[in-house]
Amino acid sequence: MLGKLDWSAIPLDQPIPMITSGVVALGILGVLAWVVVKGHLPYLWEEWITSVDHKRIGVMYTLLAVVMLLRGFSDAIMMRAQQAIAYHSQGYLPPEHFNQIFSAHGTIMIFFVAMPFVIGLMNLVVPLQLGVRDVAFPTLNSVGFWLTATGALLVNVSLVIGEFARTGWLPFPPLSELTYSPGVGVDYYLWSLEISGIGTLVAGINLVTTVLKLRAKGMNYLRTPMFCWTTLATNLLIVAAFPILTVTLAMLILDRYLGFHFFTNEAGGNMMMFMNLIWAWGHPEVYILVLPAFGIFSEVVSTFSGKPLFGYRSMVLATMAICVISFMVWLHHFFTMGAGPDVNAIFGIASMIIAVPTGVKIYNWLFTMYGGRVRFETPMLWSIGFMVTFIIGGLTGVLLAVPPADFLLHNSLFLIAHFHNVIIGGVLFGAFAGYTYWFPKAFGFRLHDGLGKAAFWFWLIGFYVAFMPLYVLGFLGMTRRMQHYDVAEWRPWLIVAAGGAVLILIGIAFQIMQLVVSIRHREELRDRTGDPWHGRSLEWATASPPPVFNFAISPNVRGADAYWEMKSHAQQQSLETREPHYQDIEMPRNSPTGFVCAFFATVMGFALIWHIWWMVIAGFVGAVATFVVFAWRDHDEYIIPAAEVARIDRANLAQRRALVSLGGA
Amino acid sequence: MSDTAIAYPGSDPRQLRSMAGAVAHSGPASKRIVTAYGFWIFILSDMVMFSAFFATYAVLLGQTAGGPSGHDLFDLRNVAVETAFLLASSFSCGLASIAADTRSTIWFQLAMAVTCAFGLGFLAIEGNEFASLVARGAGPTRSAFLSAFFTLVGCHGLHVSAGILWLLTMMAQVFAKGFRADIQRRILCFALFWHALDIIWIAVFTVVYLIGSAR
Repeated sequence: MLGKLDWSAIPLDQPIPMITSGVVALGILGVLAWVVVKGHLPYLWEEWITSVDHKRIGVMYTLLAVVMLLRGFSDAIMMRAQQAIAYHSQGYLPPEHFNQIFSAHGTIMIFFVAMPFVIGLMNLVVPLQLGVRDVAFPTLNSVGFWLTATGALLVNVSLVIGEFARTGWLPFPPLSELTYSPGVGVDYYLWSLEISGIGTLVAGINLVTTVLKLRAKGMNYLRTPMFCWTTLATNLLIVAAFPILTVTLAMLILDRYLGFHFFTNEAGGNMMMFMNLIWAWGHPEVYILVLPAFGIFSEVVSTFSGKPLFGYRSMVLATMAICVISFMVWLHHFFTMGAGPDVNAIFGIASMIIAVPTGVKIYNWLFTMYGGRVRFETPMLWSIGFMVTFIIGGLTGVLLAVPPADFLLHNSLFLIAHFHNVIIGGVLFGAFAGYTYWFPKAFGFRLHDGLGKAAFWFWLIGFYVAFMPLYVLGFLGMTRRMQHYDVAEWRPWLIVAAGGAVLILIGIAFQIMQLVVSIRHREELRDRTGDPWHGRSLEWATASPPPVFNFAISPNVRGADAYWEMKSHAQQQSLETREPHYQDIEMPRNSPTGFVCAFFATVMGFALIWHIWWMVIAGFVGAVATFVVFAWRDHDEYIIPAAEVARIDRANLAQRRALVSLGGA
Repeated sequence: MSDTAIAYPGSDPRQLRSMAGAVAHSGPASKRIVTAYGFWIFILSDMVMFSAFFATYAVLLGQTAGGPSGHDLFDLRNVAVETAFLLASSFSCGLASIAADTRSTIWFQLAMAVTCAFGLGFLAIEGNEFASLVARGAGPTRSAFLSAFFTLVGCHGLHVSAGILWLLTMMAQVFAKGFRADIQRRILCFALFWHALDIIWIAVFTVVYLIGSAR
């Protein structure tokens, strides 16, 4: 009846997961109870859960990322604590638990923090920057989000029911095959990533189409903001790379569930094929994450330097060059496979070449700042912190691209230090810069400045204290994923690294405080102009938060940095005072399709993990039926009448004019 | 705050350049273009997926683990009939698209029914082939080569099955609602999907069966 599931699946003997999940469950129940008692449930359902508004979906993606960041970070600090303690001892985490933690940490941080964070920001901002009313496929957008949430949910369920994979963030066979990993851990990994991978693919198709086919009148390719360019490159990579992940994991599933022989030791299976396939996705994935961050830095640096982006065209070229070359370097993840000196040399050189367009970008940002009036607001601090940190990470990457050096440093903590250096210093700093920069656009008030700066400094210093020792430990010969060790000279460095993790924890505490304080003082921090940072692109041309239709009148773009151009134009004509001609606006209706579909996907995923076949069928039929019902609907759009549009827009314009005349006087 | 923003008039060097060399962009594309374009992108992603299966098949082609090879197993006459069925179904699917353009319900339903029949015939032959292979002890668990064969060809077969479900839905939608604009867009996407499966089958025919039976 319930497949492999019985009471032994619940780890009653392990206090850490039981207490953690108990607290989390209480928290969730508390929030749910509050929502129901206060009567917020209809609001939540109508305005958020069933919403197909790209801004709402963007916010939900980002919220998911932030929540999962807390989970991933608690894994991190547990590992740092374990390694600081476990010299000549077992520490406090038994090996099977430690292995699950490092696997969960990597899986969560890449798939459920970095990915939803960048996809959330792209969703929120890109249609606004393009001057359009929504993404190309609003309902699919909602489906994509909820499928991602399903994946995250399954990973978290593994904490209480069963176990998570012990095979690392990429489940290399033959360890991940049924023979060596008979438990459900790898299955949790596989199904949550298959399901959320479909969500990511849907988001990718959606955003590619949006950038290429939905741009405001007059917005030629070379007037498109840099963040939209990097969004395009990222989503092209998603479309081209994520199917490979889906296929690779599907083959491992077939090996595990039906006894196929893709990656097994026997019957002709080839485990190195898994390495090639997974990294043919995995290396582009790195750029899927970092390219949006590059776009964010481009917007932030240009805005806070009060200058157009230096070398815009070279930036576009560099972005697209990275997009292409990222598919030609995957083998550097396993130089030690033994492909021979020729192959290794080619991939080594390709890996060094990809540093060139990245270098072009760094110079462009520096020259954008040069001669500008740089304002050191929080997003700008994250950007400068990124530039310094990312260069170090990039250089150690070039070092690792030298095959002989890689043979020594492969799988050592040097590698760990390198990729945290680029992912924290690049992706996460970028995400935080974007979060601070676009928060007022999403919610209508700014985040507290002082607490944001405090969080930045703790994160920056904490990062260096936590990860620079790992470079040293790599040279000292310490390999990754060690549950305990008995080399005396490693220990001081590991204790310093644990101290760094504590500094980062303080940084995170400041970020939580910043959010709470900002919400409580939102009236003082209110952004009434829609343009709190003297922005240059179209998202600042509308109110904060924007009305559901984004722009009352579709913008007409007359140059690069469209909004900056409009502002200077308006000033020459001493402010636009003509009353625009308002028209009815057609908007997509909200739809529960995404949520219902994800519900059935969750049921099906859980049933597949535990081999509950009747439930698999039920979930599958439910998901298909949802789509058929969705396809059968007759009215998927509603009309906002011109009078209503005019009312909303007049209020916004009046507010802006009042502020401008006050300030200009 | 925008007071200060307005106080700096734009002296943007790029502005003149991009104005001079600009080809006027006329704004967001129509729904039909957006939908079809998005679906093309999906088809490209599907092709990438198949390409990974093809690469796997190519790597594992010789890994028969002492079991039967493609030369022992493949019946090219069978495959030729399958190919003919699928190509014929693509032709009738094309007729259905023309019928949808001219809003001829009868011809549309007829052409779709023929497409469906050819599709089902294709699936029947493929199912029969799979069943006979398993009965001869050459199932997917026999060797890495057979794992790759069953997965690649089976994945195409699953796509055809999904296509048939979609086809039936489209017939029902046209029957119930007529050629509404959104249904026309879906018919367009369905046609793209069905023809794309044909293209993939050509690659399956060549790589799996022709090259495979040479080993």
